[in-house]
Amino acid sequence: MTDQAMPPTAAPEPGAIPVHGDRARHLSGWLLAAPLASVLAVFLVLPVVMIVIVSFWGATEFSIYPDFRWDNYEFLLTSEVTYRVFLNTFKYAAITWAFTLVIGFTIAYFLAFHIRTLGWQVALFLLCTIPFWTSNIIRMISWIPFLGRNGLANSTLVSWGVVDEPLEWLLFSDFSVILAFVHLYTLFMVVPIFNTMMRIDRSLLEAASDAGASGWQTLWHIVIPLTKPGIMIGTIFVVTLVMGDFITVRFMSGSQSANVGRLISNDIGLLQYPSASATAVVLLVTVLMVIGILLRFVDIRKEL
Amino acid sequence: MDPRPRSFYFLAAFFALFLIFLYGPTLTIAILSFQGPQGGLTFPMNGVSLHWFGDLFREQAVGDIWGSFRRSFALGLLVMVTTIVVSVMGGLAFRRRFAGSTVLFYLIVTSLVIPSILISLGVGLIFTQSGLRIHWATSGYGAQLTWTLPFGLLIMLAVFNRFDPAYEEAARDLGASPWQTVRHVVLPIIAPSLIGVALFGFTLSYDEFARTLLTAGSYNTLPLEIFGMTTNVTTPVIFALGTMTTAFSLVVIGVFFSVLWLSGRRRVRQGSDAGKGMV
Repeated sequence: MTDQAMPPTAAPEPGAIPVHGDRARHLSGWLLAAPLASVLAVFLVLPVVMIVIVSFWGATEFSIYPDFRWDNYEFLLTSEVTYRVFLNTFKYAAITWAFTLVIGFTIAYFLAFHIRTLGWQVALFLLCTIPFWTSNIIRMISWIPFLGRNGLANSTLVSWGVVDEPLEWLLFSDFSVILAFVHLYTLFMVVPIFNTMMRIDRSLLEAASDAGASGWQTLWHIVIPLTKPGIMIGTIFVVTLVMGDFITVRFMSGSQSANVGRLISNDIGLLQYPSASATAVVLLVTVLMVIGILLRFVDIRKEL
Repeated sequence: MDPRPRSFYFLAAFFALFLIFLYGPTLTIAILSFQGPQGGLTFPMNGVSLHWFGDLFREQAVGDIWGSFRRSFALGLLVMVTTIVVSVMGGLAFRRRFAGSTVLFYLIVTSLVIPSILISLGVGLIFTQSGLRIHWATSGYGAQLTWTLPFGLLIMLAVFNRFDPAYEEAARDLGASPWQTVRHVVLPIIAPSLIGVALFGFTLSYDEFARTLLTAGSYNTLPLEIFGMTTNVTTPVIFALGTMTTAFSLVVIGVFFSVLWLSGRRRVRQGSDAGKGMV
């Protein structure tokens, strides 16, 4: 048994620093992570705990008071409006997801496999991501002169004779809400999908084509399966952003459509914090359940 | 080189359309912000003027946009610096497994996916119920960190996933202390990615709306001010403001990328300082 002569050593993880001892390791880990952990404790965990507590409180027209009552939940879960609004929220998420996925995948595929030099890839990729660093509010406002009753789209359609009268449903409708979502969030699909595509070994594609696969077969049997982690990460972003949104729906629907976020923000506007909190708790549970399911398909840390 | 397949041209056209979709609306309001004084919110252009940009500098025409711009700028810098420091420390911590690291990682993911309105509502409630004053530099600052830190940390995790520990081993073999190793070896190597973290930290804070909504207090940040204008301003002055802030964002992005590019060039020019003795 020669291998017993060697002291037992754990194989170091790639990128890991040699270990000096368990206690020192935990201590330095904690010290370095302390600022991060405290920010998250104070501004993430505590607020969520607070929301859960307040969701059991009572409210008058002007103030809220500590209590333990299920009324807020009872009202929420027995109201037909709640189910309609949740359904509408899922509808927005599903439609936006489908559009951002198809567009995002196509764009990423073009950048990763059809652009031949790294310089161009980086340049065009940046062109797709720059709007992410500008204001969402402004990007929503920008649609008004485009979609309005006398906007560019309508005047073009009328002058081309496609329609006789300006279309009313272009702005302040479900159409404009989803258009804005797709406009704002497609890059959350492009970035992770592009990232995973760039790691696909190009010789796999050559092998597929040598073996006689058509372009579509290569796409379906090689590229899409290998891109799944990126698709999952993009999906997590888009679904959570749309489900948690309240401002895009309010602004782009002209306050005519509702989603869960708007339900919450309306209650906040009326100072009904307890019922806003109850809705927020239900929303959070829903979102976390969706994420929990999606995370089963991808290991985020491996994909970074 | 092989000739381009037909699909290339189809996809290139799709990509071009996507870019138009992405930038078209912003360009539209950029053009409309030069409306003449009698012009409206849509085309046609009623003359060309700088009238609406001039309005931005007249106190009575718009709200306190310059004050809110200064606040947003200061807050952006504050959030940026914090994001860099905390993300680097967090990134270093996550290189080794420590008790609770998995929990912390899932907290970061939660911070990223949690509906922003929950942060806004929860932080607002905590501050009001405990009698603290809601202010952009306290509650607003913390609420924004829950959005910028996950991005900063995920970037750092990606960076350290690709980091070669041989550099640190070499430094240690040469007698460097742990702090010297971090200061003179690790930080210079990861410096370019810190520029990326800074870009995320500043711009995400500067444009943040949902998490600041109930946490900024009586003094608005710029996105809040702009949103307030959408409900009561019906002149192209809002386009002028939108164009200005977008231009400012583009300048900031340009500055970050120039710094990145210059530091890359400096690195190439200076090359290795091996054999030059202590520096």
